Amino acid sequence: MAALRILAQLLLYLPLMALIGVFSTWPRLAVIAPDQALVRISLIHAAQRKQECRTRSAEELAKLPPNMRAALDCPRERAPLTVELEIDGRVVLSRTVSPAGFRRDGAASLYYRLPVAAGRHRIVARLRDRADGPFNYRREATLELAPGGALLIDFLAAKGGFDFRSS
Amino acid sequence: MAAANAIDGAFVAAERGLDAAFGARANPLRNLGTLAFFLFWVLAATGIYLFITFDTSVEGAYASIEALTTKQWWLGGVVRSVHRYAADAFVAATLLHLVREWAAGRYRRFRAFSWISGVPLLWLMYASGIVGYWLVWDARAQISALATAQWLDATGLTAEPMARNFVGAESVGDRLFSLFAFLHIGLPLALLGGMWIHVQRIGQPRTVAPRALASAALAMLLVAALLHPATSQAPWDPLQLPATIELDWFLLFMHPLMEATSPAVLWALTGGATLLLVALPALLPGPKPVAAVVDPANCNGCARCTVDCPYQAVLLVPAPGVRTGRQVEVIADRCAACGLCAGACPSSTPFRSTETLAAGIDMPDADVQRQRVKLEAALARIAQATAGRIIVFACAEAANAAALEDARTALLDMRCIGMLPPSFIEYALRAGADGALLVACREGECRYRIGAELTAQRLAGERQPILRKSVPRERLRMVALAAGEEDDLVAARDALRRALDALGPAPRLRPKRDASAERTARGHA
Repeated sequence: MAALRILAQLLLYLPLMALIGVFSTWPRLAVIAPDQALVRISLIHAAQRKQECRTRSAEELAKLPPNMRAALDCPRERAPLTVELEIDGRVVLSRTVSPAGFRRDGAASLYYRLPVAAGRHRIVARLRDRADGPFNYRREATLELAPGGALLIDFLAAKGGFDFRSS
Repeated sequence: MAAANAIDGAFVAAERGLDAAFGARANPLRNLGTLAFFLFWVLAATGIYLFITFDTSVEGAYASIEALTTKQWWLGGVVRSVHRYAADAFVAATLLHLVREWAAGRYRRFRAFSWISGVPLLWLMYASGIVGYWLVWDARAQISALATAQWLDATGLTAEPMARNFVGAESVGDRLFSLFAFLHIGLPLALLGGMWIHVQRIGQPRTVAPRALASAALAMLLVAALLHPATSQAPWDPLQLPATIELDWFLLFMHPLMEATSPAVLWALTGGATLLLVALPALLPGPKPVAAVVDPANCNGCARCTVDCPYQAVLLVPAPGVRTGRQVEVIADRCAACGLCAGACPSSTPFRSTETLAAGIDMPDADVQRQRVKLEAALARIAQATAGRIIVFACAEAANAAALEDARTALLDMRCIGMLPPSFIEYALRAGADGALLVACREGECRYRIGAELTAQRLAGERQPILRKSVPRERLRMVALAAGEEDDLVAARDALRRALDALGPAPRLRPKRDASAERTARGHA
């Protein structure tokens, strides 16, 4: 009787075991289609201030406490960041992101991903980090993106602008 | 509610079906919470070994786990696989436990604390498991970490996108791995703390799995580990994506769900589900039970009721005006009105010589005085018979005992068999019954968790108040039968009657009410 119960327990545990074993790996998750590559934009950048610094007059300085008499009055708010991505002549992303912080004086950031067909692509990235005027950063490249490959577009102002990295 | 009833019915059917093979004590469906506790300890034990061998660096993490899986497959590989499958089984047991408790209505009133305190555990469980997958630092970790970061970034609370940490090789450093390891230890520790809180309003919680259940669960994990070892995906490479990955659907199902919808939708689903679960006890409170009351004049502070209360509703507090005395206090919101405290009270005995009985703790609508009056009326009804007279003490939630009543069988029903002070059995046998039949809920189905268990221990002399040794056990039967098993109940009554017929009438031992019982009730216990 005891042996029968143990056998019955084994038979009942078997489907539980199979259930856990199977669903811990199956069905496989499709990350990207076999004929596609991925373009990612990931950037963080503190844009220029929205207003130019202004030189305080002597009268204005005299009104301020001695320890706060800075010659320049610089409003903290930064301009929004406008980013545009063009692939093979078509604009696939055009986004304006606000600076972080209650006073809008922090860095603006953007993360965006776009699957594209694997193959050769002409990619243009543009960025404007000032209140007015045309895009002031631009990078263009023609790249071969392998199936499953990823292109990472970063922005490093210290290195002169956009940075394209791919496998 | 119809859905809850249907699911509850399905659970009950499955539990009873599995009882045949496992027995109620080792039945995994009847012990889902206990099983989750056991799996947590399996995770902790296997996790310690994995952490000892784990290299917490970007360069070494993947390689150290690969070495463990391939070069030491017979130990490290098995431990890794058991860790993986125990985590999945933990999720499955926890979610089933949640559904089971909801379907049975065990989330409201005196159960609300356990229910609500269980909700954060779901978040901690998933957070612990998801971070665990990142430690492997393979393509699956990459997908999971990035998806989680995107989800958190969607709150707008992150100073800069967390996703940036996982898109380029230069942004991932050894310190990030130290953070992962810290989280994978800290979160489970928080989970354990939460599990401890979760059972605080449960009297005698079953947090240790019976040996049979623990052995079977461990064997199942080992077999799964040997047949289907856990493996890593391709190494993490931010510039190369795999077409597909193996996904653990128990723990990581939220990533494809977010991919198919959006981070905002996933927040709405998880946040909405959390709020709904937390609000459920208030939304569907159900009827308020009539709580037990304490009579300080009859309470000697013995604390049996505090120990036996299944929901920690009875506390021991200093007696007012007495320097060293103690008395019990009932927290009405926690009281299930099961009467187990009354069954445990030494002053709850019908032998006391006072004309109007009053116990130290009792149920206002079913007190010991009413119970004695009902018992005496029941005994009077069968007094004309000459032999085979049976008094049936029946739980209202168990098999319906009303059909047993006849010229030689009288019924005293109660809301839980644990409400029955054993002295009532002795009283009945002295005052006209030849035998007593106790009807409890089917094993594992006590509405108040431990009523049948406490009664069995009291009858066996293992728990106070005991049924005295002088009470003839051959005149006593206890059966555990659920509604729908009335035929078995009739058979049990008939079997007892045959035994009683063979034994003859019970001897009348002493006068019904005894002054010594009064002294015992007031001072001894």
